[in-house]
Amino acid sequence: MVGVVAEVPFPPDVGEFFPEPVVHGWAPWLTKFPFLVWLAVAIVILFFLIAYRSPKLVPTRTQWIAESIYGFVRKGIAEDVIGPEGVRFAPYLASLFCFILVTNMFGLVPGIQMSPNAHIAFPAILALLSWVLYNYVGVREHGLLKYLKLSVVPPAPWYMLWLLVPIEIFTTLLMRPFTLALRLFANMFAGHMILVVFTLGGFVLANADSVLIRPISLLSWAMAIAMTGLELLVAVLQAYVFTLLTASYVSGSLSTEH
Amino acid sequence: MLLAEVNGSLSAIGYGLAAIGPGIGVGLVFAAYIQATARQPESSKLTLPYVWIGFALIELLALLGIAFGFVFK
Repeated sequence: MVGVVAEVPFPPDVGEFFPEPVVHGWAPWLTKFPFLVWLAVAIVILFFLIAYRSPKLVPTRTQWIAESIYGFVRKGIAEDVIGPEGVRFAPYLASLFCFILVTNMFGLVPGIQMSPNAHIAFPAILALLSWVLYNYVGVREHGLLKYLKLSVVPPAPWYMLWLLVPIEIFTTLLMRPFTLALRLFANMFAGHMILVVFTLGGFVLANADSVLIRPISLLSWAMAIAMTGLELLVAVLQAYVFTLLTASYVSGSLSTEH
Repeated sequence: MLLAEVNGSLSAIGYGLAAIGPGIGVGLVFAAYIQATARQPESSKLTLPYVWIGFALIELLALLGIAFGFVFK
């Protein structure tokens, strides 16, 4: 049978996420992902430098966008979650938010179509930074022993502590960075997978043997477009959620109650 | 006699089952937020960060299902 459109490999698998190195046969780590991360850093730095090159009292449009993003993180995340002392974390949180947002957006840009965050390594480093941050802040605020007591010993009767303390150690010290990394990774991974399935699935349906099945490919491609819209929402939401959870962990480290 | 044959990965069924719980959970989070906002409209901004934290923590369970579906292949 001759296909109506191009034959594509289907179903897609994890190999989708491991593109060839830029220079074939040399430096297997040098795929497009390091370049995307460098590009994201450059975009964030340049955008804020240009937007704040000559700040005006009545802001220009670029300055207004930059101020809105920073103001949103500072007011909506740092001050709302951590409290008034949270302002000193606003620069880190804003950088984190912008970096994750830009790298997530790469998953939607035609020609790139792949977020570096779809590889567990990049979210893992970001989560590790958050883990170091909230533990460092807690230790500096309370001292090591008091911080450990505050974070892993819940206010419970003493005879329950043998059960609760290991759970608390597990959740606050081990699971938090793990879940932060996995959430961002799995969202970007699943999002890319969904787009690939609907797009390639359209090709497979268009090549189907039965003429009645072929028009369904249009539905599949329409779903791919709709899912791209959903991915836009997810990209912004995951950047927000990662920053929000980092802020909430920092706030937990700073508070004097359990 | 072979009546029916199923091909493919059992992970697909496993993930379907794994998504039930988080689906209900995320529904409960937003139901609670809508109800809270209906009762106390001025609290909507106050509770929104907690909605997203709760949503993210529950959604993670479904995402664990996706990740482990590939791990246990």
